[in-house]
Amino acid sequence: MERDDPVTVSAELMISVRDLHVKYGATEILHGVSFDVKRGETLVIMGGSGSGKSTLVRTLIGLEKPSSGRVLIKGKDVAAIGEAELDDVRKKIGMSFQGGALFGSMTVGENVGLPLREHTKLEDSTIEIMVRLKLEQVGLQGFEYYMPSELSGGMRKRAAVARALAMDPEILFFDEPSAGLDPIIAAGIDQLILELKRAFHMTILVVTHELASAFLIADRIVLIDRGSILAIGTIAEMQSSAQPRVRQFLDRVPEVETAKESDYLRALTEERKIGRT
Amino acid sequence: MELASQIGGSVTDGLSYIGSLASLGGRAARDIFIGPFQGKPLRLGRAVSQAMDVGVRALPILSLITFFIGLILALQGAYELRRFGAVNYIAATVAISMTRELGPLITAIVVIGRSGSSFAAEIGTMRVSEEIDALETMAISPVDFLVAPKLIAMIVMLPCLTVWANAMGILGGSVFGVWQAGFTFIRYMQVSVDALILRDITTGLIKSVMFGATITAVGCLEGLSTGVGAEQVGRSTTAAVVKSIFLVVLEDLVFTALFFFVGTP
Repeated sequence: MERDDPVTVSAELMISVRDLHVKYGATEILHGVSFDVKRGETLVIMGGSGSGKSTLVRTLIGLEKPSSGRVLIKGKDVAAIGEAELDDVRKKIGMSFQGGALFGSMTVGENVGLPLREHTKLEDSTIEIMVRLKLEQVGLQGFEYYMPSELSGGMRKRAAVARALAMDPEILFFDEPSAGLDPIIAAGIDQLILELKRAFHMTILVVTHELASAFLIADRIVLIDRGSILAIGTIAEMQSSAQPRVRQFLDRVPEVETAKESDYLRALTEERKIGRT
Repeated sequence: MELASQIGGSVTDGLSYIGSLASLGGRAARDIFIGPFQGKPLRLGRAVSQAMDVGVRALPILSLITFFIGLILALQGAYELRRFGAVNYIAATVAISMTRELGPLITAIVVIGRSGSSFAAEIGTMRVSEEIDALETMAISPVDFLVAPKLIAMIVMLPCLTVWANAMGILGGSVFGVWQAGFTFIRYMQVSVDALILRDITTGLIKSVMFGATITAVGCLEGLSTGVGAEQVGRSTTAAVVKSIFLVVLEDLVFTALFFFVGTP
């Protein structure tokens, strides 16, 4: 299987994750996750709420530290390199956060231009032109002087994508791109991701729980369940999977009561253990 | 035993908190004083707009409060001085207590209420809405981008505000002086100025610079360590105000003691 391969640093491999464990305090969120993302590939990470998929992305971009395991972005171990080197890696990636995370005190244009103003020595007039271009790419031409609060949810997400694109990144991350959007706007965001993939051959990593969107944009899908990888494969491989948990997720079967009961029992016994110490 | 370990625990917690404050303040200070020589631009534009917020917009309320404090000082002082027939000492009393103690302290407390709390709320909200994470993923240091301009604004504006507060306090005292102690306004001002030596003013200003650094560090640290959820922003804001007031008073005590024992000419 591919995920057991040793790490080989090649130009083709943009992201490699090896046996990744992440802990929040005493609870382990990810229990040994491994996968690769190749150049130009769109990988969709799917999973239910609380499966650890957001934690996975936060670890990939260095916002969370792994307790063990490795995350290599273009061959650089994000957890092991120093601040300056991590910044260099980060300049090559763009991230679109779930809520957009635009800075409320700046206009849309200032938001998009911020990475350029911080990291390049370009003239203000050049930055203005580039901002306009980026906004055009996401279908927001003419909105540079609006404040983020004046935009609708879908427009805010688009603006966030424009900001993520500002430095012409090689890898683009999306955290729940269609969360909280109506189906039409969400479809628009999917279309935008497809366009970016076609036009710029960007490596794209999307975290989502929307099946329809995943099947539309993904080259490969990683299905995460309770902190471990349940399945990796192309859309066809996923759809033909016979694994019960995969089927349950794809066929949208509600969580069976017994699972909850075992959780309840486990919680009870754990509580007792704590009580005893 | 239990009590001792509890006391020990709170002492180490307190010390580690002060350590975090010093580390945050130190990083911001490095960005301000060393960063520009390493080719990192100083965010003067952001610092100026912060200074407007911290300083200029605080003037009306600060003026009013310190004016009243000056008047109160005069009334309270005169209550005692009157028994010795020394009401005319009131000008010197007010001038010295304002510049050495109350000017810097009241200014700091007003600024904590206005700006310390807003630093925590602003940065806390940014933390909750993933804006801090966004800064980091864009390879922009939140300390450099958010804390440093606030620190510049504070350590420049707080001494300015303090000087203004001293003047307003003396003005407040002069109302009583003219009304009850037989001074003319000009005479009151002359006596006040004569009573002050430069040391009175500089000790107040040294304190106010320290207060400014403390208020910034506490407000920003509380904001940055905000947990998940909107109610956490409220909690950080409260913590910022309470901790700032405590630390400012503690610093005031340390500095006053220092000036008293070390600096006596």
